[in-house]
Amino acid sequence: MTALKQKQDLDAEAPRGISPVTPSGVEAPRVVTADMVPHGAPELPGDYPFTRGIFPDGFRGRAWTMRQYSGFGTAEESNARYQFLLREGQTGLSVALDLPTQCGYDPSDPMARSEIGKVGVSLSNLSEMEILFDGIDLAKISTSFTINGTAALIYAMYVACAERRGIDPALLTGTIQNDILKEYVARGTWIFPVRPSMRLTADSILYANRTTPRFNPISIAGAHMRDAGCNAVEEMAYTLANGLAYVDELLRRGGNAEKFAKRLSFFFYVHMDLFEEVAKFRAGRRIWAEIMKTRYGVTDPKAQMFRFGVVCGGSSLVAPQPQNNIVRVAIETVAAVLSGAQSIFTCAYDEAFQIPTETSAEIALRTQQIVALESGVARSVDALGGSHYVEWLTDEMEKRIRERMDEVEAYGGAVKAIEDGWLQMRVAQRAHERKRQIDSGAFPVVGLNVFRKEDEDRGAVEVFRIDPKASRRVVEKYEAVMDRRDNAAVSRALDRLGAAAADDGENIMPYLVECCHAYATVGEMVARLKACWGEFQEPIRL
Amino acid sequence: MSDILETPAASTALLKGKRILVAKPGLDGHDVGAKVIALALRDAGAEVIYTGLRKSPGFIARVAVDEDVDAVGLSILSGSHKELVAESIAALAQEGASAIPVFVGAPFPRRMCRLCSSSASRRSSPPT
Repeated sequence: MTALKQKQDLDAEAPRGISPVTPSGVEAPRVVTADMVPHGAPELPGDYPFTRGIFPDGFRGRAWTMRQYSGFGTAEESNARYQFLLREGQTGLSVALDLPTQCGYDPSDPMARSEIGKVGVSLSNLSEMEILFDGIDLAKISTSFTINGTAALIYAMYVACAERRGIDPALLTGTIQNDILKEYVARGTWIFPVRPSMRLTADSILYANRTTPRFNPISIAGAHMRDAGCNAVEEMAYTLANGLAYVDELLRRGGNAEKFAKRLSFFFYVHMDLFEEVAKFRAGRRIWAEIMKTRYGVTDPKAQMFRFGVVCGGSSLVAPQPQNNIVRVAIETVAAVLSGAQSIFTCAYDEAFQIPTETSAEIALRTQQIVALESGVARSVDALGGSHYVEWLTDEMEKRIRERMDEVEAYGGAVKAIEDGWLQMRVAQRAHERKRQIDSGAFPVVGLNVFRKEDEDRGAVEVFRIDPKASRRVVEKYEAVMDRRDNAAVSRALDRLGAAAADDGENIMPYLVECCHAYATVGEMVARLKACWGEFQEPIRL
Repeated sequence: MSDILETPAASTALLKGKRILVAKPGLDGHDVGAKVIALALRDAGAEVIYTGLRKSPGFIARVAVDEDVDAVGLSILSGSHKELVAESIAALAQEGASAIPVFVGAPFPRRMCRLCSSSASRRSSPPT
């Protein structure tokens, strides 16, 4: 690894000129002229293949959903943060779950001990979810859950929670991330081996199509792979490749592509290179629509549409001079709007090293509101469409994304590439390469490797602290639920779940919903599924 | 890592032939930092053993002893580093391996890093 250079050297290397190369390695021409974009400006927004957006009226009819990823400590504390953000104009919720909930451990488990409530809220059973949404109308608010390994369980809990309140699940809107493939590649909250995990995801999608038709049962996510080191081309390529693997699994389980494809949604990072990001999304929309139409024969335009949400790039934020991150988030938000994203989570400036404080979360939300209401970038649909450079870059990104997708296909598809650890290895090597570029100064990051100030350490940042007693309260509440629930009903429900897991012809979702109603815990449900399916054995290739 | 490996030449001299365990204690699944460090150590001539995700401090200490490593690197992004580093160091002591140096990658600012002086020998904060 190249050593970080001394401050003087770094500042001496502050760029006098601007690099012609994008972060994905595309060498941009000095100027793009009309003859370099032979097709000119493509079709109108709302027309196949949706390069310019999926809606003809863009944000004029309705602005994107503004969410802030949040959740910490106990359900009571997170509920208070949600109420605050909703009062301040947030238009959807985004629930962060803690690692024990994500990985299938109850709060009483020794593996959970030091992680309860740390990176999200603890939701071990229905009782906690009832507290989390206390005073929030599930029929009116759209809720996004960032959960994967136990996504089907948390989705079942959400359905059970609505039913308990007398709300028809058909009214539920929101998204459950439920993208297990990228977990094996990047985020790491996998539990079961790849194939039963794919079944679990497919079952929840098919169940959602029937039971909660307005709810997105999956958000095929590139964000974490980008965070783990992918560039923009790879992020889009690997996400689309994973998307195709889900389509294949859904078809294998008897799904109708015209129907389920309408509810497939995507989730990405939006990073700092504004035009490359816009081109990435325009190319992604075009490729997905074309594949759905030609490979799968899908004819309904709604089932060809590539709908996506974005989060500002966590890996674009840096700890030194953290207030600079406010500027980064603003640029990324502009890029997201110009890309036509359906929902945006903005990062808080202190998120490079901690859970946001109430103040930093509010600044992040205000950033979206300023971009939406003051900047004018949302006024006209695909405002950059027809720009010679953006059209040229869209074509270039499309070509490169397809090349990376072909590579995955040549390997045997996303599932095989992941089972073998091939994709994981590719991403790790790319991360290593990026780190070397930052260390050498080849990839400038202000405050980090250029215009760096020595001996500064986030001085002006308010530190967010999780109540140290939160963990104990979570365990106490968990024990109280264990004491008061009907254990015979729990056992019956878990037995039926175990039997369904063993039968590949069954859809597992109704059994999970039944378990949740009985106040079975996430740990108990996962234990039953593990007993049947085993655990993923992580291939380690570096 | 940069503050450990001052120059490529020095790091190669220091690390050549050394056996280093890179581990992910607790439930945090972000392994990019651990993998980047593992690849960097390997580039510098070390032999790297990577545990993979979600290992208990006891497991990590046993692997460190069984594999007779020269150092243990721990990577934790979830904010549980305080507990997990202390537990891992205690587990190494229990295995009679207190002499094995431990380095840590975690999201802590320099001024909060009391672990540096007390137990863990070096630390590395994520740049991004």
